[in-house]
Amino acid sequence: MIEAAAKVEVHCTVNGARQTLRVHPLARLLDVLREDLGLTGTKEGCGEGECGACSVLVDGELVNSCLVPVLQIEGAEIKTIEGVSAGGAELHAVQQAFIECGGAQCGICTPGMVLAAVSLLAQIPQPTDADIRNGLAGNLCRCTGYMKIFDAVVRACERAGVKA
Amino acid sequence: MLTEIVGKPVPRKEGRSKVTGAARYVDDLRMPGMLYGATVRSPVARGRIRSVTFGEGIPWDEFVVVTAEDIPGENAVALILLDQPYLASEFVNHAEEPILLLAHADKQLLERARRAVHVDIEPLPAVFTLADSLAQKEIIWGEDNVFKSYLVDKGNVDDVWAQADLVVEGEYSTGAQEQLYIETNGVIAVANPEEGVTVWGSMQCPYYVHKALLKLFALPPERVRVVQCETGGGFGGKEEYPSMIGGHAALLSWKAGGRPVKIIYDRAEDMAATTKRHPSLTRHRTAVTADGQLLAMEIEFIVDGGAYATLSAVVLSRGTIHAAGPYRCPNVRIRSRAVATNVPPHGAFRGFGAPQSIFALERQMDKVAAAVGLSPSEFRRRNFIREGETTATGQVIREPVDMAGLLDRAFELTDYEAKRERFARENAAGGVGGVKRGIGFASFMHGAGFTGSGEDYLKSIVGAEADAEGRVRVLAASTEIGQGTNTIFAQIASDALKLNYDLVEMAQPDTGNVPDSGPTVASRTCMIVGKLVESAALGLRQTLQGAGLLATDDYTEDDWRKACREYVERYGALKSFSQYKPPPGVRWDDEKYEGDAYGAFAWAVYVAEVSVDTLTYETRIDDFVAVQEVGKVVHPILAAGQIEGGVAQAIGFTLYENVVWQEGRMVNNGMTNYVIPTSADLPPIRVHFEEQPYQYGPAGGAKGIGELPMDGGAPAILNAIEQATGVRFTHVPLMPEALMRGLSKDA
Repeated sequence: MIEAAAKVEVHCTVNGARQTLRVHPLARLLDVLREDLGLTGTKEGCGEGECGACSVLVDGELVNSCLVPVLQIEGAEIKTIEGVSAGGAELHAVQQAFIECGGAQCGICTPGMVLAAVSLLAQIPQPTDADIRNGLAGNLCRCTGYMKIFDAVVRACERAGVKA
Repeated sequence: MLTEIVGKPVPRKEGRSKVTGAARYVDDLRMPGMLYGATVRSPVARGRIRSVTFGEGIPWDEFVVVTAEDIPGENAVALILLDQPYLASEFVNHAEEPILLLAHADKQLLERARRAVHVDIEPLPAVFTLADSLAQKEIIWGEDNVFKSYLVDKGNVDDVWAQADLVVEGEYSTGAQEQLYIETNGVIAVANPEEGVTVWGSMQCPYYVHKALLKLFALPPERVRVVQCETGGGFGGKEEYPSMIGGHAALLSWKAGGRPVKIIYDRAEDMAATTKRHPSLTRHRTAVTADGQLLAMEIEFIVDGGAYATLSAVVLSRGTIHAAGPYRCPNVRIRSRAVATNVPPHGAFRGFGAPQSIFALERQMDKVAAAVGLSPSEFRRRNFIREGETTATGQVIREPVDMAGLLDRAFELTDYEAKRERFARENAAGGVGGVKRGIGFASFMHGAGFTGSGEDYLKSIVGAEADAEGRVRVLAASTEIGQGTNTIFAQIASDALKLNYDLVEMAQPDTGNVPDSGPTVASRTCMIVGKLVESAALGLRQTLQGAGLLATDDYTEDDWRKACREYVERYGALKSFSQYKPPPGVRWDDEKYEGDAYGAFAWAVYVAEVSVDTLTYETRIDDFVAVQEVGKVVHPILAAGQIEGGVAQAIGFTLYENVVWQEGRMVNNGMTNYVIPTSADLPPIRVHFEEQPYQYGPAGGAKGIGELPMDGGAPAILNAIEQATGVRFTHVPLMPEALMRGLSKDA
């Protein structure tokens, strides 16, 4: 049982900052990010790895943080939506494109969707239409019908300097 | 002078906070000393509660426990009727009905405790289907299981049947559909006798929650405050349910002496316990002449309302009024009923009854066309309603309407006629590689705003205020739930005042601070509330002009700022309010269900192209074109986004989203088993707007668009599948298993 287990120390880097966490070993990465680190931009949509609202990058790879026990991130580098832009007023090209193209409506899937798009463009800088559709297929959006999200990804990769 | 902002794709007001993760939804908020709340629900569909026992191994003295006996006011969710309790005390009428509430600071322990509460219920016979409810197998609500019925009677259908060249009958049905907003229902409440009740949450209609809490706590309006947080989708699913969960959290907080209590449903609970689209059954009997003129339509429309009345009467109303579609027909009779079953109450979902009745109608129109020997398009062309003609409720269409023009445009964009011919040829030859193809369409309309006298009863109010720096805030309870309220209201107010878009903001919907602009439902936010935003904003200017601070209508931003500063220094706050008044000449008879049902309609023709794999029974939609006339388009990207999103939900409704029931419970209540379209499933959704300004609409003539795109997808797709397969399917969702059965029967 989770509450009976002793807390352990987990070391990782979150959005560039080193963290030492004292956590239950089986705590979900999602809860640790939201509750222990206050990074509430990562959302919970289903808790079973279907919707992708809780997507974050772990060592550059897109994962559903609701399915990751925190013990697995020992030594890992994590990027959440709060770490996507370099900081300051300037947004990441994907974020900027989401605003311009109408890629965000209610916004609850948006953090995960932005990370999925960032991850896709890191792997395939010039994706085809099919690459985009498949690359985002793990992230559900109920508002947009995805068309404006596709537009945003295309607009983002038209701009220089897109990097995860 | 600034150029117009309406019609331009200005950035969404809260876009930046949403793409950076900074936007705060209710689950992102924490308060000192906060407890978490959970709900103990009925495991059975109908029965009498014998006892509630608290199991071993839980420190119960640490828990806040609320039962029906703890309710300070009335144990009923105030909406239309007062038949639904907040907490069942003696009888339960559906599975998942709330019986008892628990709160504790430790979420893990709370969940263990919830499971340790045992409710012993003596089961009573239950009713799960429309047919059993109509047959009164058991009487489970009122005297006859009927929540509401309507009769629309135009001309006299009875005189027609004998002399008609052709009478065509058909029966159609639709299943339940889950809204599946990605943010589940959630609230935080602080409540105690000294400070009153405050609820923050994810919701569409803060004043609905406000009204419900007044009754639940027997408090005067000023002691209850409801605040909308950033809301992660609604689609109707957060129209009524926030009154329930908000009341629950408030009851727990009240019992806990005012400690904040947060309740966030997990996905399984949200899907199992909260509202869904009403399942429906429609029967059509249509009389036509040999040359395809509609003579009479007799329509029976029945929806399954679930265990309590909730919004079923109004869902039924909209479905009823839309049941005869955009056609001229001299004799129409529509009988409709909403009936009770022992499932969780069905509720609002985008389209609100219209997608169900329009599905039936547009399938029937294809059937009648085939019976007359006309193509589906030629048959419709001969019957499309035109300006000056009347709808089923006898409403004279006073705005220019050109359904034939929309059809032409949609066909041109899809190359419909050529494809229809080619697919017919290829399918006759057995298809291509086992794949058969089809193209089909639906033509329809959707009324904006509350039905009939509804807006008159609501008497919505919007305010606008300007501060000493000339910044304008719109005061309205209309919520941003993704559709773009913040942005379009700011556009409308900016244009009305000829100010920069950045100078106008929306106040957070908070019943302590904004007037009641009505619920965020019924495609009314832009057309009805937007008009009030425009006039409230203009009121600010008139006030400044009346005070002699603005000389003319031709002022600069500096003139505006200066005038506001002087006004505020001299007189204090600069505010203006505007209240709804019906457009002239509107006539509605609630008794006869006759007259002007809606101020304006949006009109549309949607075309779907499909491939059906006759080996795997997989249906793919290859192309989807949505052509609609919606009045002035306020924001081209947001408007297209509304249509695309609605079409995607309609595609889900048609091919993917199947609620599986067992003994009145949804058993596939998770995203793994209840499937919505992903980015890999959808076709290109191509959106085309025609703009015919509505003379009483805001911003140069906008109408409503929110629900429209939910209406046409299902019939267009099934009409296309009929061309592909030759089988006349009559139920959605059309799952592969049903497709297989249909095709095998055919073979």
